[in-house]
Amino acid sequence: MAKKSFRQALNDALHAEMARDPRVIMMGEDLTGGAGANGVKDAWGGPFGVTRGLLGAFGPERVRDTPISEAAFIGAAAGAALTGLRPIAEIMFVDFAGVCLDQIMNQAAKFRYMFGGRAKTPLVIRATYGAGSRSGSQHTQALHSLFTHIPGLKVVIPSNPYDAKGLLLQAIRDDDPVIFLEHKMLYDTVGEVPDASYTIPFGEARVVRDGKDVAIIAIGRMVGVAEEAARSLASEGISACVLDPRTTSPLDEDTLLEVTEKIGRVVIVDEANPRCSVATDISALLADQCFDALKAPIKLVTAPHSPVPYAPNLEDAYIPTPAAVMKAVKSIVKR
Amino acid sequence: MSGLQLSHDKLIEVYRSMRTIRRFEERVMDEMATGDIPGNTHLYAGQEASAVGVCLHLKEDDYISSTHRGHGHSIAKGVDIDSMMAELFGRATGTCGGKGGSMHIADLRKGMLGANGIVAAGAPITCGAALSAKLLGTNQVAIAFAGDGAMNEGVMSESFNLAKIWMLPIVFVIEDNGFGEATANEHVSAGSFTRRAESYDIPSIEVDGTDVFQVYSATGEAVERARNGGGPTMLHIHVPRYYGHYSGDPDNYRTPEEKAAMRQDRDCLSIFRKHVKEVSLLDTAELDAVDEAVEAEINRAVAAARAAPFPPLSALTTDVYVKYL
Repeated sequence: MAKKSFRQALNDALHAEMARDPRVIMMGEDLTGGAGANGVKDAWGGPFGVTRGLLGAFGPERVRDTPISEAAFIGAAAGAALTGLRPIAEIMFVDFAGVCLDQIMNQAAKFRYMFGGRAKTPLVIRATYGAGSRSGSQHTQALHSLFTHIPGLKVVIPSNPYDAKGLLLQAIRDDDPVIFLEHKMLYDTVGEVPDASYTIPFGEARVVRDGKDVAIIAIGRMVGVAEEAARSLASEGISACVLDPRTTSPLDEDTLLEVTEKIGRVVIVDEANPRCSVATDISALLADQCFDALKAPIKLVTAPHSPVPYAPNLEDAYIPTPAAVMKAVKSIVKR
Repeated sequence: MSGLQLSHDKLIEVYRSMRTIRRFEERVMDEMATGDIPGNTHLYAGQEASAVGVCLHLKEDDYISSTHRGHGHSIAKGVDIDSMMAELFGRATGTCGGKGGSMHIADLRKGMLGANGIVAAGAPITCGAALSAKLLGTNQVAIAFAGDGAMNEGVMSESFNLAKIWMLPIVFVIEDNGFGEATANEHVSAGSFTRRAESYDIPSIEVDGTDVFQVYSATGEAVERARNGGGPTMLHIHVPRYYGHYSGDPDNYRTPEEKAAMRQDRDCLSIFRKHVKEVSLLDTAELDAVDEAVEAEINRAVAAARAAPFPPLSALTTDVYVKYL
C-alpha cells in the first residue's frame, strides 16, 4: 500500500468519483484558483491544495470556481442535488457557514422530510475546521456539534488519511446531505492509503487502540492527541483504549456503549467548545445507558467556552493536549 | 392587453386556473375559521394572474420554486388541488403526506421545488435547478418566484450574480404586492428593483400583474431567452394582496377604502372576464360554467381532505434520511 497524505487521499477520492459518475460536480471558492486571470491555471488547486488537478481532468463546467457568495452557491448546490446532480460544495472555512446556514439547516437538511420523503438531496459540503494555524477566531472553529444537532444532516470528521478517503467516497455516493469536515492541521499527515476506491460506512466507530483501564473517545484531530496520550500512559502502566467515532451523525452508539460497559471509565476528547457539544452528548448517552457499569465520572477534555484566540501561547492552551488527556485519565484511574 | 394570441382552450385554461386559485384561497380562509386547518397560512388571492401568466409558458418538467405564499404557484404549475388541500389539513393524503404544510408544499413530479418558509431562500435553490438543467442538457428552464420583501435579502442579490455569471436558464419573478408582511415596500426598499437587476446586466421589466396577458407576454420573452441560452431575466410584477400577510392578520394597517378600491379596480378575474367578453373570445355562459366546475372541485377537495386520515405516528421519524443507520 502507498503512503499518502490526508490531502492526497481526499484528492484521490475526488478524482475517482468525478471519473466514475458524470453527475458529480464540484463548486467552491478557489477550488482551482486563477480563474479568469492570465497566469497559471489551477494556481492554488484549492485553498489547501486538496482539489488540485481536477480542473484539468474534468473541466470548468464540472469544477466550478464560485464567487465569494456562500449562500448562493451552497443553495445552488442544494437545488442541483434536488434535481439530478450530485454536487460537492466546499466551504473554505467552516466558520463561513455563518453566512449560508439557512441553506444547510433550513433547506438541504429538511427537503426530504418536509416533502414527505419524495425528494433526495445527495449533497456533500466539504469544509476545513479547527485551530492551530494562528488564524484568529473566524477561521478556526470546530463546529461539528452544531451540524450534528440538525436532523437530516450527516456529519463526518475523519482523523487519518485512510479514513478520509473511504469516508469521502461514501459521502459522495450517499443520498443524504453530508457535512464533511477536514482539519487543516491534518492535511500533511501521512498514512497507508490504497490506490483503489473503497468506502467506509457511516456510523461505524474505529477501535484505534485496545486497552482495559480507560476508554478515550476522541473526535477528528483529537484522535491523534488521544493516541499520543495512550502511548505515554502505557509507559506508566495504564492501558487506554482509543475510540474514533468517525461520524458524529450517525453515531455508533453500540460500540461506545459496549466499550463503556466493558471498561467502566471514559474520557471524551473534543476540540469543540464544551457547551451542548458532541462531547456532552456522548457523555449523556453513556451516563444514561451505562450508569451501573461506570466506575468513575465521565471526564471531558475540550476547548474552553471561548472563541479561538490568536496569540500562539493562548491558542496552544485552547487546544486539548496529550498532557491534558493524561491528567483526566489519571484522575479517574486509581493507581 | 390582448388575449388574441391564445386559443379558445388556452383561454379557458387560463381562466380556470386563476379561478381555481382564487376559490381555493377563499375557501381556505373560510376553513381556517372552523379551526380544522392547523396553524396559519399565507394566501395568494389577488395575485393569480402572475402565477398563471408565468406558468402558462412552462412544460411539465420545467422547474419553479415558490415562497411562503405558495398555493397559487403550485396550482398554476399543475399540482393536484386535492392533495394540496389535504396537506393544509395535515392529512396523510397530502402532497407531502401531511409533513410539510402550507409553507412546504412541493411536488418534484411537477417540477415544483417547494414553497419556502424562509424569504428569498428559493432563489439560490432555483439557480441550482437551472444549473442541473444546463449541465444535464435537458433544455428545462427554472422560475424563482419571490416577493418584494425578498429583494432586501442578500441571497437574492447573490443569486442574481450567480445566475448571470453562469448564464443559467432562470427567470426571477418578483411579485410585488406592496407589503413585506405588515410593512409597506416603499418604507423599506431603496432604489428600484429593475435597476438592481439591470446592474447585473439582467434584462428586467415591470409588469402589471392584474393583466394575465401582459404577464404572459413578458414571461414569453424571458422563458425564450432562458431556453435559448440567453441567461436570466427578472420580471417585477405588481400585484394586489387581497388578504393580510397571513390568514390571521387583521390587516388594519391598510384602510378599508384602500382595500375596497383594490378589489374594485385590480381584480385580475374581473379584468379578464371583461376583456374576453368585450373582444368576443369567451362568453358569460362559458365563464360561468368554469366557475361552477371549479366550485365543485374545491368542494370535493375539502370533503376529501376532511375525510382523510392524519399521518400515522410512525411518520414522525421517517423520511429524515434516505438511509441513516
